[in-house]
Amino acid sequence: MTALLETRGVWQRFGGLVANSDVSISVGRGEIVGLIGPNGAGKSTLFNLIAGVLPPTQGSIWFDGEDVTNLPAAERCQRGVGRTFQVVKSFETMTVIDNVIVGALVRNTVMREARRKAHEVLEFTGLAARADVLASDLVPAEKRRLEVARALATEPKLLLLDEVLTGLTPTEAQTGVALVRKVRDTGITVLMVEHVMEIVMPLVDRAIVLDLGKVLVEGKPKEVVRDPKVIKAYLGDRHAVGA
Amino acid sequence: MDKSFTERRRRELLVAASLTVAAALVPLFIKNPNVQNIMILTLMFGALSQSWNILSGYCGQISLGHALYFGLGAYTTTLLFTKFGVPPWFGMLAGGAISALIAMALGYPCFRLGGHYFAIATIVIAEIGLLLIQNWEWAGAALGIEMPVRGDSWLKFQFARSKLPYFYFALALACIAWFVTWWLEDSKWGYWWRAVKDNPDAAQSLGVVVFDSKMGAAAVSAFLVAIGGSFYAMYVSYIDPGSVMGFQFSLLMALPAVLGGIGTLWGPLLGAIILIPLTELTRSYIGGSGRGVDLIVYGTLIVVIALARPEGLIGLFSRRKEASR
Repeated sequence: MTALLETRGVWQRFGGLVANSDVSISVGRGEIVGLIGPNGAGKSTLFNLIAGVLPPTQGSIWFDGEDVTNLPAAERCQRGVGRTFQVVKSFETMTVIDNVIVGALVRNTVMREARRKAHEVLEFTGLAARADVLASDLVPAEKRRLEVARALATEPKLLLLDEVLTGLTPTEAQTGVALVRKVRDTGITVLMVEHVMEIVMPLVDRAIVLDLGKVLVEGKPKEVVRDPKVIKAYLGDRHAVGA
Repeated sequence: MDKSFTERRRRELLVAASLTVAAALVPLFIKNPNVQNIMILTLMFGALSQSWNILSGYCGQISLGHALYFGLGAYTTTLLFTKFGVPPWFGMLAGGAISALIAMALGYPCFRLGGHYFAIATIVIAEIGLLLIQNWEWAGAALGIEMPVRGDSWLKFQFARSKLPYFYFALALACIAWFVTWWLEDSKWGYWWRAVKDNPDAAQSLGVVVFDSKMGAAAVSAFLVAIGGSFYAMYVSYIDPGSVMGFQFSLLMALPAVLGGIGTLWGPLLGAIILIPLTELTRSYIGGSGRGVDLIVYGTLIVVIALARPEGLIGLFSRRKEASR
């Protein structure tokens, strides 16, 4: 079986800055893959390329066996790519349930069905009690949860999570981890960008480390964290020699 | 959960129906033609503002050039009637269709503009439309055109002796604009529009085709406004460029919605009920030429609202709901 997502030799240049150079990664069906790397490694750029916010300068992106390189974001969503944003982008003047209905409309044309689906997702993500609250009144942890709920309502095959566990208290982060596991158990493939290593490493099946726009190392989380190249990228030369 | 939503929707319909019946009875008691005139204008601007609200309130694309569509409706109806003898009922639909098409043709380049730039473009385009009509000899140029009076008739929608038919037509217009809004509110379009207004990037990531949503909103909005323009032309039976396409009409469509509550179902009507009588009264009682004074009055009103209740007067009614959150 082919991989669900594949990037083939993807480059992204912003003027003179090379944000991604020759990035080729693949994500298999049912996996949880972590995309990590120090600040400025090009994680967010790669994420935006996969979600279709902008087309890559060079290279191609394949999703579910098809070339989606030139499809806009909305169409990729229809094909099954769901995403969250690092800086939460809730529909602030709408209620929580209405936020989720927007996502649910991708696969449900009848309003009643969309509403039912949205309630289902709120139940699943533990936001049911907040359904009729305005999104602007949610606390930060709930807003992150709403991002996930909205994306789940589109019934994605691949869920892109952009730092959903960052900036949460340890308890909140643990519930977040449980939610990601639950999502995977429903058969959704997860690709997540994360900063907090100790949370993300036990969660993912595989980790891809980006540094300076390139894929540095790829493998099982345990191997990745011991890799001298990774330690060097994060902490500098001195520590790498020590390891 | 679902039940309370359906109940709320049903309650809104019920309130609207009761208000319609109540409004329909008013002219039986108030026979003064001046007051009736104010009621007609209030209903008309309520309907216009409700239509403006679809594009600018729900979808968040602030237009200050809706006078263009108002004028297009007025001119299409009048020209078809005076030049070709086409009944105004048909002219109304033709005007609506032309306006919707032009709104989409203009939206094609303009919807690529963000925020304030879009609003500025709409002002400029409406002014260009005004200038074109002012110089179009066949359409009466700056002098305008007069509707030939051919006696009272439903077919020609002319009534010299009574204002009642105009009143009921304006009421129907307000009902239609309200109902279209009510219906769209709980449709894919309604959700798409609000998502586009709040955050286009997030909307796109959830499968919303932002450009299409804006085009749809523009078309519906322009169509309804043009119907209002047609009605106005029939009502006053004489139009010239300044009196149907002037910038003040763009403002008079935007202000009731802003005052009552932009992007809300009841806001535009509530705003019109306060603003239009106020405008008409200041115009007739304070100062002869008046224009300056009524603008001062509602300028002040808007400033007060912006400071005290930025979400519009409708916010007064939902205060309880806020407190319970």
